[in-house]
Amino acid sequence: MLATCADSELMHDVEQFLFHEARLADEHRYEEWEELWADDAIYWVPANGENIDPEKQMSIIYDNRSRIGLRVRQLLSGKRYTQDPRSSLRRIIGNIELLGREGDDIRVGANSIVFESSARGETLWGSRNEYTLRRAGDGFKLARKKVSLVNNDRAIYTMSFII
Amino acid sequence: MNMMAPTPAWGDMILPDRVRGALYRDPAIFELELEKIWYRTWVYVGHESEIANPHDYVLKSIGLQPIIMSRGGDGQVHLLLNRCTHRGNQVCPKEKGNSPMHTCPFHAWNFGSDGKLLGYAFPEGYEGLDKSKHGLGRVPRVASYRGFVFGSFASEGPSLEEHLGGAAETIDRLCDNAPEGEIEITAGFLKHRVKANWKFILENETDGYHPAFVHSSIFSVADSAIGGLYGAKSTALTRDYGNGHTELDLRPEFRKRDALLSWFGTTPDKLPDYVARMNAAYGEKKAREIMIDGTPHVMIFPNLFIAEIQMFVIQPLGVNDSVQHVTALQFKGAPDLNRRMRQQTMGSVGPAGFLLADDSEMYERTQRGMEAHDTDWVFLGRGEHRERRDEDGFLVAHATDEVPSRGIWKHYRSLMEQP
Repeated sequence: MLATCADSELMHDVEQFLFHEARLADEHRYEEWEELWADDAIYWVPANGENIDPEKQMSIIYDNRSRIGLRVRQLLSGKRYTQDPRSSLRRIIGNIELLGREGDDIRVGANSIVFESSARGETLWGSRNEYTLRRAGDGFKLARKKVSLVNNDRAIYTMSFII
Repeated sequence: MNMMAPTPAWGDMILPDRVRGALYRDPAIFELELEKIWYRTWVYVGHESEIANPHDYVLKSIGLQPIIMSRGGDGQVHLLLNRCTHRGNQVCPKEKGNSPMHTCPFHAWNFGSDGKLLGYAFPEGYEGLDKSKHGLGRVPRVASYRGFVFGSFASEGPSLEEHLGGAAETIDRLCDNAPEGEIEITAGFLKHRVKANWKFILENETDGYHPAFVHSSIFSVADSAIGGLYGAKSTALTRDYGNGHTELDLRPEFRKRDALLSWFGTTPDKLPDYVARMNAAYGEKKAREIMIDGTPHVMIFPNLFIAEIQMFVIQPLGVNDSVQHVTALQFKGAPDLNRRMRQQTMGSVGPAGFLLADDSEMYERTQRGMEAHDTDWVFLGRGEHRERRDEDGFLVAHATDEVPSRGIWKHYRSLMEQP
């Protein structure tokens, strides 16, 4: 499929947004990261597969906007011991695809690899990510982020940073 | 077991108020624990609601051993070893499902959902083989209490009810909170791995001293009344039921509040359907008592932790490697409460949980701490001077006292000293 010029521009903007979000998460810039989210946001990390019903089954994270705020405030409290000292993090977001559009919402798919180093050791976190970005002024707001860890059906270590 | 290793002098390692760090660190002791605890005493395996229908199965474990918890065609629950009796291949690779038959993919030996050998490929190669002697291995004793299924690899020993003793009442208390008197395990498990010994998890579950510190981050930012339950002025109790079972009894605090559903941090107007169903099931007077007291916070030795709204199952993988399996408890006949229990459980537990990520951090740090030997004592003497017996004769003390750890180690020593 040949991309149109408009698509290329949109793709560029989307990539820049995702890279920015990734860097804020890697660098523990929680307040700036929280500002990316829309008021009706969902931040979802399912367990036991990608297609569970989060209203019925346990997820690793299933935060609405207020719980995202609580998560950030806990990290900023100075006593979130699992992140004090903080994990050192760097991640790659790749294979970015525009999956669809509905009104102002743009659905995006990507793969992600996060390298974490902490006192426990080094941990690699691989996932399929799906985002819903919403046009807001010159930029985007993040309306939905779903992180499907490749190993989310197995026992995994503490994951208390922003995935 | 290494036949050359001398049996440790347990009495030198486990004193009433202190234990040696080697108990959390030494791989040889872990091997002995498998033999003397995990492959002998009653161990929690799973819940009957996970295999509700005939031929349902789910993979579980006891110690390191892989178990198929299976419901036979006649409804009976079996704990089968997941190992083909031909050449030892894993018979069942799928986490759960429904099948009247498990076929080993290696040489097509077939086993029924009750573990019996049904047949094998090319039967002319076996002459006069007695199929009844080649069924799947099974955990010799299986027993269920209010739907909670336990297994014991010892073919003789105390019954499950004898093992549970006074702690059985906490499971009754839990089930009473369901309008239909039953718990269901239907929400799937989070599996949280920690590089730490299983006994750090076991002891922490009823340690009321740590929450004010380990969980101060979430207490400081969330509108939660949990913090006060574990303060210096709390009237809550720690309790040792014997046989290693321990409790943090929060009822004195909830009874002081005298408010329905305060134990769950909510009010009846938020859960009108649940309150109505409870009143209908138990009558208003009894329902009121149940809804003030709430659910228990109890650690059933060695691996079942009921934490008010969720259930943990502790799985040991190695001396410093463990998994916490956790899910929201679901009460039969309480859809509105169940939804909130799932939401709160997802927030607080698992690898990213507001509470458990910090608990697990402490498990891993304490494991690293054990590498510093020095005198090697872990001190567990808090509150010894204020222990007393409750009306049932169980040892109790202040919410922050180390009665539970002392009780766990006393029982542990008795198990490890058995020949």
